[in-house]
Amino acid sequence: MDTVLQFFNEQLIMIYLLIFTIILGFEVISKVPTVLHTPLMSGANAVSGVVIIGAILLIRQADSGDVLQLGLGTLGVILGMTNVIGGFAVTDRMLEMFKKKKK
Amino acid sequence: MLISLINLSYLIGAVAFVWGLRLLSSPDTARRGNILASIGMGIAILATLVAPISGGDNNYLWILIGLVVGGGIGWVAAKRIAMTAMPQMVSVFNGLGGACATVLALAELFKYYDGTMTMGLGQLGIVLFTLLIGAVSFTGSMLAFGKLDGRIKDKHVILPGHTIINIILLVVVLALAVWLMIQGSAAGTGLMVVFLVASLLYGFSFVAPIGGADMPVVISLLNSFTGLSAAAAGLIYGNQIMLVGGILVGAAGTILTVLMCDAMNRSLLNVIIGGFGSAGGGSKGESGDQVAKEATVTDASIQLFYANSVMFVPGYGLAVAQAQKALKELDDLLEGNNVDVKYAIHPVAGRMPGHMNVLLAEADVPYPKLLDLEDANAALKDTDTVVIVGANDVVNPAALDDPGSPIYGMPVLEVWNAKNIIVLKRSMSPGYAGIQNPLFFHEKNRMLFGDAKDSIQKLVQEVKNM
Repeated sequence: MDTVLQFFNEQLIMIYLLIFTIILGFEVISKVPTVLHTPLMSGANAVSGVVIIGAILLIRQADSGDVLQLGLGTLGVILGMTNVIGGFAVTDRMLEMFKKKKK
Repeated sequence: MLISLINLSYLIGAVAFVWGLRLLSSPDTARRGNILASIGMGIAILATLVAPISGGDNNYLWILIGLVVGGGIGWVAAKRIAMTAMPQMVSVFNGLGGACATVLALAELFKYYDGTMTMGLGQLGIVLFTLLIGAVSFTGSMLAFGKLDGRIKDKHVILPGHTIINIILLVVVLALAVWLMIQGSAAGTGLMVVFLVASLLYGFSFVAPIGGADMPVVISLLNSFTGLSAAAAGLIYGNQIMLVGGILVGAAGTILTVLMCDAMNRSLLNVIIGGFGSAGGGSKGESGDQVAKEATVTDASIQLFYANSVMFVPGYGLAVAQAQKALKELDDLLEGNNVDVKYAIHPVAGRMPGHMNVLLAEADVPYPKLLDLEDANAALKDTDTVVIVGANDVVNPAALDDPGSPIYGMPVLEVWNAKNIIVLKRSMSPGYAGIQNPLFFHEKNRMLFGDAKDSIQKLVQEVKNM
């Protein structure tokens, strides 16, 4: 229990951020027309690639001889970057189609 | 000085995410929103590359390799993929994000177990959570990809008593997590690998029984899982922008999940437990002695040509037959003859949220012509002819009047309020959910059998000749 409380105190700002972002997220996105369901999903999907930042930090903080950490980090960067670039590019392609049609 | 600049960049990146997603939820600004979010991502990545770090050798070459390889794969895949394969593509990208989070958690655990790093209990819990949810999102998304791509049929992966198996697996995974936390650094990498495998297995098994019309729900749910895994990884690194980005995705995914469930009038639990098709035993199944009336291409084209208003109801079959361009051609011909043409889009038509919208957009159908469920139902009363192209369960009257039907209570498009109905269909087989559709035997309905694309092309020819 003590360790949990200690963790809570150490991470207080992050926990505030967590809760407020949840509320903000629901407020900002709540009303989505059907036409945008797929682009929103795929755009949000690209944003979830933000996890790549962790992979970059992992590699930078590793020793140059630590092949395990470097290997995992590089795998992480590849996965994250595919998610980010692929996600944004595919969303843009979709939205470009929607745009063309406006009368 | 540098550190303040980095922090400021993260703040700008986070605001770009929030604002970008906000713009993404309105048609006029959606494209700008996506670009804004991607700029935010670029800023965040650049800041991470130059941020001062304590210890470590930077290893920029490794990062560069990762960025180039990943960026290349992502770019080529996004540009090459056919628009019709979009649901699969989104699913794959989503799974990769989850896999990335899992890899990060593994890296932390390796450091923890070989003694180069210590972790508190709370920290360890978050690392394990990241690993679990990332892994579930990864294998779940990959299976969803296989199902959407038609490589894996539902019946190949559903075991007898699958719900029980899933519950047991979940209990095992959670018990392993608790055990790892109790053991602390004494647990070792062996047990970690067991936990990883169990988590991966659970992701697969979790998605296995969910299929067909429930795909949009599970896709949105997996999307929100990936967001959660990114947010949890943000907590591991104490990185605000990862947390904000992840949570926003989690929120977007959750909102879509709820919208999809509402559209089917089912609870999320009901969808997860699944068995959409298998629960059909209680239905009346009154098709035995009824005969559906067939239409010829000529009958159908006359009905379309002389109508004042026509409503197309697309479903997954439209995507399968790749008939969207032919449909648009028919639409243009009819519009040229002063027929008012609209499209009725059910929220769960297709295999991902908004699937039909993407498909029709690809065929250049202007989006104001697409009516959502409510507007379509209001307009259907004044519609002369409804043409159902590859949709089935979303136009099933049993949802309104047959309490024994597994889709009873689901809001549907009330196409029988129109004057005439034409159903384009390959055969009399029931829909994806395995439920017989009384609409086919409705007095107003005529069946036009054949491949949807083929039938529409024939209709186009007939209408041209009139």
